Amino acid sequence: MSASPPRSSTTPGSRRLVVMLFALLFVLHHDFWWWADRRLVFGFLPIGLFYHALFSLVAGGLWALASQFAWPDELEHWAIEPADSNPTASDTEAPLRNSPPS
Amino acid sequence: MFALTEGTQVVLIIAGYLGLLVVLGLLSNHFFKGTSADYFVVSRSVGPFLLLMSIFGTTMTGFAMVGSTGKAYTSGVGVYGLMASWSGLIHSAVFFVIGIRLWAVGKKFGYVTQCEYFRERFESPALGYGLFPVLVLLVIPYLLVGVIAAGKFVQSATAGAFPEWFALPDVVGPDGTARPNPLSGGLPFWLGAGVICLIVLCYVFVGGLRGAVWANTFQTLVFLAAGGVAFALIADRMGGLQQAGRQVAESAFGAPRLAREGLIGQAQFLSYFLIPLSVGMFPHLFQHWLTARSARSFRLTVIAHPVFIMLLWVPCILIGLWATAQLGEGVNPNAVLGRMVNQLVHSPLLTGLVAAGVLAAIMSSLDSQFMCLGTMFTNDIVLRLAGRERFNDRQKILLARVFIVAVVAFTYLLALRLKDTAQVFDLGVWCFSGFAALFPLVLAAVYWRRATAAGALASLAATGVVWVALFYRDILARGGRRPGDDELLLFGLMPVAFIFAAAALALVGVSLVTRPPGAATLARFFPLPARTPRPAPAVTKPAVGIQQPV
Repeated sequence: MSASPPRSSTTPGSRRLVVMLFALLFVLHHDFWWWADRRLVFGFLPIGLFYHALFSLVAGGLWALASQFAWPDELEHWAIEPADSNPTASDTEAPLRNSPPS
Repeated sequence: MFALTEGTQVVLIIAGYLGLLVVLGLLSNHFFKGTSADYFVVSRSVGPFLLLMSIFGTTMTGFAMVGSTGKAYTSGVGVYGLMASWSGLIHSAVFFVIGIRLWAVGKKFGYVTQCEYFRERFESPALGYGLFPVLVLLVIPYLLVGVIAAGKFVQSATAGAFPEWFALPDVVGPDGTARPNPLSGGLPFWLGAGVICLIVLCYVFVGGLRGAVWANTFQTLVFLAAGGVAFALIADRMGGLQQAGRQVAESAFGAPRLAREGLIGQAQFLSYFLIPLSVGMFPHLFQHWLTARSARSFRLTVIAHPVFIMLLWVPCILIGLWATAQLGEGVNPNAVLGRMVNQLVHSPLLTGLVAAGVLAAIMSSLDSQFMCLGTMFTNDIVLRLAGRERFNDRQKILLARVFIVAVVAFTYLLALRLKDTAQVFDLGVWCFSGFAALFPLVLAAVYWRRATAAGALASLAATGVVWVALFYRDILARGGRRPGDDELLLFGLMPVAFIFAAAALALVGVSLVTRPPGAATLARFFPLPARTPRPAPAVTKPAVGIQQPV
């Protein structure tokens, strides 16, 4: 297989931004302001649950940003470069000496 | 012959679903390539969609459906913030900062289990041997969560199916009067839990990790769909979403559960963020990470995981909340989801579908856990002690299967003993707490060159001692917690905070006064200068001895 790695959008600045957004979300998780609030959003969804459901969606957005702008491309390149053989590892491509499990 | 009642139709649908899983295991066996890499890590060939589905299915267990519903019934809506939204943020962070790095090291050097990686990273065979029993000890409560959830759910979802075979004595109500047992006629716990264990064993034995990945993908789709169906049907039977909400607001037992005040403490809520760190050390998840075709396969998982958690957990939390009004006080939390489905969903087909979905969530974790136990036992204990050439491959697989059966049998017997006292949610939290306390170890292994084998062993010992002491105090010494009992808190914090702190302090303290691994080892595991992207090679070549995706 030959692969031309996609152009990376990752920069030190974009990584810092993702870390800061993560820290912000971490703080926003502690929504003490809804602690005793029993209001129902749309007539059925407790407001504390509504907030945290939105929080989950925003978390997905954060990881989309991270995947685009803070992806460890260098790690993937390193992983697929040839390695020294590792005789102690279990992962071998040698065929099993007996028939496959059945 | 017995009449084909609604209950027996539900049982038949469940049986059909279980049969389908066995067929899937057999089918996946046809794609087996005849190599150990294929059996253990699917030749590292899994793409983005299957990786998302298998990791999500593995992470969400009976804890997510049965446990969350039961916990919402006892502790209210704050349960979503405790586990689901924290997990959405933290799980993906762990996949991002730990999972991808472990995948890279695993692909580069051919690792299959955590013990292999840690043994070489810290140049310490003792660490490999020490880690194995700790991981097995912590996986057992996780298996218990699945087995108890499965047995309880099957019993409550099939209540009334076999009134003559599995009749239960009447129960005494709060007012002192006898009333029919709502679980009477359902498949007994021992049978439901036993059958589920056997089915999972069956398709894992036949299909290896490929069988588990396929089954997980199928089951994840099933339990997401079933969760949606259950939610829609239950809401409809309660008169619609707004009517269901109104019933809770007007219920003396339910109204306080619309908020967190008096049910969940501030420090408790905050300290729950440590629990999802556990995914960094789940041995079954480690094995799934290694199946990825490339690092880019992780992208979809990292992004979609929080959204999938939301799609699964919000309906479950609402069903648990509605149960406060529908079922009233005093129901065993483990049985809440089953009771709601049984009471409100009157179509055998839909009840069977929902039941299959719940069992899918449970089995999609059990399969990976069974598989990883066998893999670790074979690779990290037997082959290390006896030598790689001592056994042929058929014998290795047999050894793995015998070990798996022994652990599952032990777990099953433990489940029979704890089924009425252990709450699925709390047991899950204890399991996750132990794995979370091992997180400093994996974080240090990946990012801290100064971490030493002695530090790692000290961290492992600290985790074991503090976890066992606190678990004994909370669960075993009290003979389990009664439904509705509060969680054990220390100074308002979850026990995980103290186990985690002890493990981290032991790791850092001992590492700083002992000799770090040699330069060659550090060069092997830390080949990249920190945060300096390397120029990409124009053409990548297949790694020596490691199969490349085709």
